[in-house]
Amino acid sequence: MQSEVMFAGFGGQGILLIAKILAHAAMEDGLEVAWVPSYGPEMRGGTAYCTVVISDRLIGSPIIRNPMHLVAMNRPSLEKFAPMVKPNGVILVNSTLISIDAGRDDVDELRVPVNEIAVRLGNVRSANIVALAAFAARARVVKMDTLRHCVKEEFASKEKLIPLNMAAVDEGEKAAAG
Amino acid sequence: MGKVLMKGNEAIGEAAIRAGCLNYFAYPITPQSEVAEYLSRRLPEVGGVFLQGESEVAVSYMILGAAATGERVFTTSSSPGISLMSEGISYIAGMQIPAVFVNIMRGGPGLGGILPSQADYLQATKGIGHGDCRLLVMAPASVQEAAEMTMRAFPLAEKYLNPVMILGDGLIGQMMEPVEFPDDLKTEPSKKDEWATNGMDTRGSNRRNLIRSLYLDPEVLNQHNLELKAKYDRMQQEEIRYEAYNTDSDYEVLIVSYGTMSRVCRTAVDQLQEQGMAVGMLRPQTVYPFPEEAVGNAAAKKSCLAVASIEMSMGQMLEDVQRSVKGRQPVHWFGKCGGEVPTPEEVIEFVRSLTK
Repeated sequence: MQSEVMFAGFGGQGILLIAKILAHAAMEDGLEVAWVPSYGPEMRGGTAYCTVVISDRLIGSPIIRNPMHLVAMNRPSLEKFAPMVKPNGVILVNSTLISIDAGRDDVDELRVPVNEIAVRLGNVRSANIVALAAFAARARVVKMDTLRHCVKEEFASKEKLIPLNMAAVDEGEKAAAG
Repeated sequence: MGKVLMKGNEAIGEAAIRAGCLNYFAYPITPQSEVAEYLSRRLPEVGGVFLQGESEVAVSYMILGAAATGERVFTTSSSPGISLMSEGISYIAGMQIPAVFVNIMRGGPGLGGILPSQADYLQATKGIGHGDCRLLVMAPASVQEAAEMTMRAFPLAEKYLNPVMILGDGLIGQMMEPVEFPDDLKTEPSKKDEWATNGMDTRGSNRRNLIRSLYLDPEVLNQHNLELKAKYDRMQQEEIRYEAYNTDSDYEVLIVSYGTMSRVCRTAVDQLQEQGMAVGMLRPQTVYPFPEEAVGNAAAKKSCLAVASIEMSMGQMLEDVQRSVKGRQPVHWFGKCGGEVPTPEEVIEFVRSLTK
């Protein structure tokens, strides 16, 4: 069983970081993973995207044209990548910044105002963690306990940010259930 | 240390340290600059030397200098940078001293682009520098393999007193995968006192060691080249490595592919199998020496109707595959360049077209 998750948004929204945390969690869950960034000639504020491949067997091609799931943090990302998602995948839409919907009736579209939630928690920069947790809770690609552990580990050198990001995980998980 | 999630570039840097190499001189270039970034932080922690040269040409001679003293030393670069280093590489091969070069290939020619490519195959395997010199060239297909090949490269360079190259591509450098650094690949530097210019006092000897690549007497230079050839022949005997995939039972088509491209082909082979078509793959792990006999034998299988060299270049490996197959089968090429990586679907379509 293999699933692929594409993360996309503006440069600076923490796309590569949440993709890495998911890949780390999947590795800790004992799965094979590959984290593949886009590294074209891009700039701050441009689009950033990154694919995480998670599999229970050796991963062949790590380059994925049609991912199983999508986490879209801004509108251009949703417009560009929503048509590529495989049927029955999860599309997480950052509804604070994206007013349109995915335009698909064969996927599980999860709309979460991740920026709004992050601002409420005290720092908009945790919006990516809210999105990651909401997505992971809905798509069930990794164990939530493992994800919590990996978020903590990611911020180990910036300990004062851990409570904020753990709250972001809780709120994301709640939003996925609601 | 268990598995850690690392970029290929970082894993190569860490692998070199764990292999006992504490000297790294380089000049940054995408898509491999993370090696320098990583080692600029990591080497001082372990008492090593990180040095950014003023150009790739300068770096290749810094490598030459350190290698001549018998120190383990390596550098990393990407295609245009390797071209600049090729002069120094020829001198190092001619002087018979060990060093490791990593090429994380990007699209070319010229400045080309920064995305993954395999367009330096011919340069690495046949034409790295002037003169009759060869490198031992290993091509990783995963971050784990990139780390292991880097660790093996140092003792191999010392075994042959010859430069060894790791030939990766931008994806191998940029991608993160779980990696483990096997303790059993950690090696002690081999005896260097016989050849290194490390000082007569240091080695307690009154014999002078001389390292040179200038031989004006043609007879002596011919003899020198015969010595080099004997080493390259020995590599053919002892160092060929490859992986065979899905070749145990019958197959209609044999794919030969290496590095990132072989990962895509592996997925294509699996999908073709599900669709009822059997395809085998041979993945060279050393591209020089090339697994000539293994490719030839795999192509000679009765069920095999065609052979395909699938690469992220315009057929640079094709002639190696052709000479291995020796005309027993038609050999076809499929590939893309410049940062475009063929998809499994494109590989499948091509492979199917071969049996129509």
